[in-house]
Amino acid sequence: MEKTAGGPMDLPYLEGYAPQSGVSDELFDARGNMRPAWQGFIDGFTGLTRPQVAARFERGNQYLRDAGVYFRQYSNEPLMEREWPLSHVPVILHDDEWNDICAALAQRADLLEAVMADLYGPGKLVADGHLPVDLVASNPAWMRSMVGVEPAGGHYLHFLAFEIGRSPDGSWFVLGDRTQAPSGAGFALENRMATTRMFRESFSGQQIHRLAGFFGDFLNALDTLANRHEGAPRRSAILTPGPANDAYFEHTYIARYLGLLLLEGEDLIVENGQAMVRTIEGPEPLGALWRRIDAQFADPLEFDPDSHIGTPGLMEAVATGNLALANAFGSGVLETRALMAFLPKINRLLNGEALAMPNIATWWCGSPSEREYVRANAEKLVIGPALSVDLPFEWGANTIVGGDLRDMARGSLDDLLATEGATLVGQEAVNLSTTPAWVGSAEEGQLRPCPMTVRVFAARTANGWSFLKGGYARIGPEGDATGLAMQRGGWVGDVWIRSDGPVPQPSLTPTDDEPYRRIRSGTLPSRAADNLFWLGRYLERCEDLIRLVRAYHLRLATTDGTDDPLLKTIRDYLAPFGVDPSDPMPAPLLDRLSAAQTCASKVRDRFSNDGWLALKDLDKTMRAMRETALPGDDAARAMSVLLRKLTGFAGLVHENMYRFAGWRFLSLGRAIERADGLVAMLATFTDSNAAAGCFDIAVEVADSVMTHQRRYRINTNRDTVVDLLALDADNPRAVLFQVNEMKRLVEGLPGVMPSGRPGPLLRAILPLRTRLAVADPISITPEVFAELRGELANISEIISASYLR
Amino acid sequence: MRYDVKLRIAYKYASPSDHSRLVLRLLPNDIPATQTVLSRLLTMDPMPDERRERVDFFGNNLTSVVWHQPVDALSIDLSARFERKPDPKFLDFSPPVTALAADIAALRGLAPIAPQHFTAASRRAGPHPEMTAFARGVITPGMTTLQAVEAIGRALYAEMRFDATATEVSTPAAEAFAKRHGVCQDFTHIMISCLRGVGIPAGYVSGFLRTDPPPGEPRLEGADAMHAWVRAWVGVELGWVEYDPTNAQFAGADYVTVAHGRDYDDVAPVRGALRGSGGQESSQAVDVIPIMA
Repeated sequence: MEKTAGGPMDLPYLEGYAPQSGVSDELFDARGNMRPAWQGFIDGFTGLTRPQVAARFERGNQYLRDAGVYFRQYSNEPLMEREWPLSHVPVILHDDEWNDICAALAQRADLLEAVMADLYGPGKLVADGHLPVDLVASNPAWMRSMVGVEPAGGHYLHFLAFEIGRSPDGSWFVLGDRTQAPSGAGFALENRMATTRMFRESFSGQQIHRLAGFFGDFLNALDTLANRHEGAPRRSAILTPGPANDAYFEHTYIARYLGLLLLEGEDLIVENGQAMVRTIEGPEPLGALWRRIDAQFADPLEFDPDSHIGTPGLMEAVATGNLALANAFGSGVLETRALMAFLPKINRLLNGEALAMPNIATWWCGSPSEREYVRANAEKLVIGPALSVDLPFEWGANTIVGGDLRDMARGSLDDLLATEGATLVGQEAVNLSTTPAWVGSAEEGQLRPCPMTVRVFAARTANGWSFLKGGYARIGPEGDATGLAMQRGGWVGDVWIRSDGPVPQPSLTPTDDEPYRRIRSGTLPSRAADNLFWLGRYLERCEDLIRLVRAYHLRLATTDGTDDPLLKTIRDYLAPFGVDPSDPMPAPLLDRLSAAQTCASKVRDRFSNDGWLALKDLDKTMRAMRETALPGDDAARAMSVLLRKLTGFAGLVHENMYRFAGWRFLSLGRAIERADGLVAMLATFTDSNAAAGCFDIAVEVADSVMTHQRRYRINTNRDTVVDLLALDADNPRAVLFQVNEMKRLVEGLPGVMPSGRPGPLLRAILPLRTRLAVADPISITPEVFAELRGELANISEIISASYLR
Repeated sequence: MRYDVKLRIAYKYASPSDHSRLVLRLLPNDIPATQTVLSRLLTMDPMPDERRERVDFFGNNLTSVVWHQPVDALSIDLSARFERKPDPKFLDFSPPVTALAADIAALRGLAPIAPQHFTAASRRAGPHPEMTAFARGVITPGMTTLQAVEAIGRALYAEMRFDATATEVSTPAAEAFAKRHGVCQDFTHIMISCLRGVGIPAGYVSGFLRTDPPPGEPRLEGADAMHAWVRAWVGVELGWVEYDPTNAQFAGADYVTVAHGRDYDDVAPVRGALRGSGGQESSQAVDVIPIMA
């Protein structure tokens, strides 16, 4: 490309932007002219000063951090997360070009549906020799259970993604089809949120297509699918493999965005052939599931028996036609790499026309002529497992890339092809186009041409395939435009589809002329309620322990030795919890907090990001303190910091959390745990043999020192302590107060007054409340403490049995 | 020969929970020219709240049952009467092992009996390098496929020790092979892996073996519970043959079939998922009694 003075390559940040020869570039056409779709953005961007660029990027990063967008990788560390690798500069395409891409991919989507229907129906493609039988019969993704099963609603495929790239000649090609449980649409939304914040002015002209329309289309299609039969409305929901999955964040995000229930396998039961979601109000029928779990894990009775994340009997709900899946079980077979070698011919066979967009050239080495081609051209190819469902640039250990042949005896490749040919494919080592990405720091960085692919999303609607007017770009490191580069990681980017004029402004929020529709929150799955309940319990337990550890270290700082009787009482009290308070940050504290975080991580779709970040911050602080805190004053101060942070979380829950059923369970968990903690502590610290000073400890741990002074104006004694911490209806740190709280919370739960009479739960709470309300401190003997704990455990058990299983 | 088969499988659950669901593959089918099921009855106690019958890909009867309330003890009873026809004598028209691939390649289609379903690794059976090496060591040049099946079966019988206590249902075939012991399930998975390793399509058969041997013959291993053996594809001419590596013989008139598939997971007599935790105990009793026609 020739550089001319005053040309685009002299613009700030574009100096030296030189696409490689022999590859396409998104920003510049083959003659070095900027593509018109980019002009507006580049004008604005190159007008920014470096500090402005830095500020913009930081705005995007800040959004992602606040929104809690992160990337999870499978690793030995269970909850390892890393920062979202956003390439701040979008990929921009003109909508004329985009419409051509979508039309071509709609043809491909129909082809995939036809192939699917044949593979699980008559099997003619194989019987007539258009597909090798081995590719199907030996394929673990081809699910025999689905053969002969008609999909509810008539179609197998409802939501698809295509990974596409641009060839050196400027045309597009398909690198891979994602048909099992395509991910990325939620990430595309998040990327858009970030770029909107960075480049607000680019959106003001309303020339960049919105994403909401597509999701609205898909949601409507899913609802229609769920309610294809007459009768009571049936729900649609997302089925996720759960928090251990690398795309779990996306599942929670998109569930919130679409207002869909996010379910895990154990949320479902199948009764009389009907899939139901277990809720706190009993089972509710489901009509359709957007399946994000791979089929093999979805039903341990039908597929992988070792799966612990599936639903026994789900296949039966599918086979009886009661449950529609987007997409059907078995759709993963369409992702098979070797299928690419046959799809072009199959399209000609079925539709009498060529594919409007080719896919990556692929040769299946099970047939002699193709095997010979691969053998002769191995240097230009990537050779890998035929049945792999990975994308062409996601190579595994047993992949041979053209260049590797230098290190490999020529003969061994021939052997491999001759003996294992049917298990191998050769694929063209493709060149991708490059797109500008910011490389380097904000102070010194530049826009550089980096290779990219785009993921395109399609949803089946009553009017044919609807496409997301945008996408999810993957961007590889600079300098190498072969698919190889993508293997080494890189960034993700937003894709803008730009029109010459104003574009429609759809939104998922209902407009004025639509009937008012309240988003379907309602039903709380039992598992979510269970996690919220235990989140409440664990956090309260954590707080309880922190207060006791603090009390210990405050005493330690003012006494001579650790054999002080008061210190010993605290140590003995904490021993059964596994807590040794002489350790300034006992490990069980971290364990309790981890347990709380685990619960929170399973209900992230119902949990504010601020709350989540507060928990993460608490965890980080604890771990840091574990390294540095010293016994005595220092540890006491550290505990005070933790208490303030915990209170911050409680404040978020109290002030900001909507009073839906989930909040009730979270609060119930806290109330029960706090009441139990108080009773347990009182039993020890008001014992007649307790060391001097134990009453003060109890009052201090219950954060009631000031109140005690004001109410009794005498030193602590057993009666005042029991009165204040057990029998006071106005002290939030009294057992009676918490029992009243339980009553109030429970009264808002479904089914608590069957036939207008108190059910088991209220029948357990009301007598306890009365007992405490009329008691005087003397009557609360040590035996009574034991009884109270029993009654609290009973209440917890009734809650579990009635709502949480 | 006619047989009356009685099977009882009993379970006790430590911590029962609601919505227990089981999938049973216990109801036998007619097999043309081999067996006729004269009567069959599958019952459960307590009686399930739901019961549904389906036929799976391989043609096995699949009974799915659900109990809505917690179940702490459960028994499953099968009683069936079979007519087992004697196997006809046949000549060995199977191709040499080296020529079998051409026979397989000549077939197209995905019908359940197509050998292509049985060539690749399935969840519980290989090919596996060590078993393949073992099988290669047994085959001699020029052997027909049928001879190879028998030779591999006999070699395994000689090499392996039957031990009813050494392995569990979940033991991988490779582990049982490394230790050279196991029960019929292990023998079967190992032989399947060996056969697939040398290019012979092979699958798993579950069924029953007569309890008491004909007069003058030794009692066979595996008669106290449900039995398992191997089905191997030996070419277009002969199709499928059945061999029992636990007793080193072709599965003849002493055998009746319940289900077949690629490995145990395709035919598991009881596949169950019970919500809740806790262990379970199970027991199995089988009687296969010849009756006079």
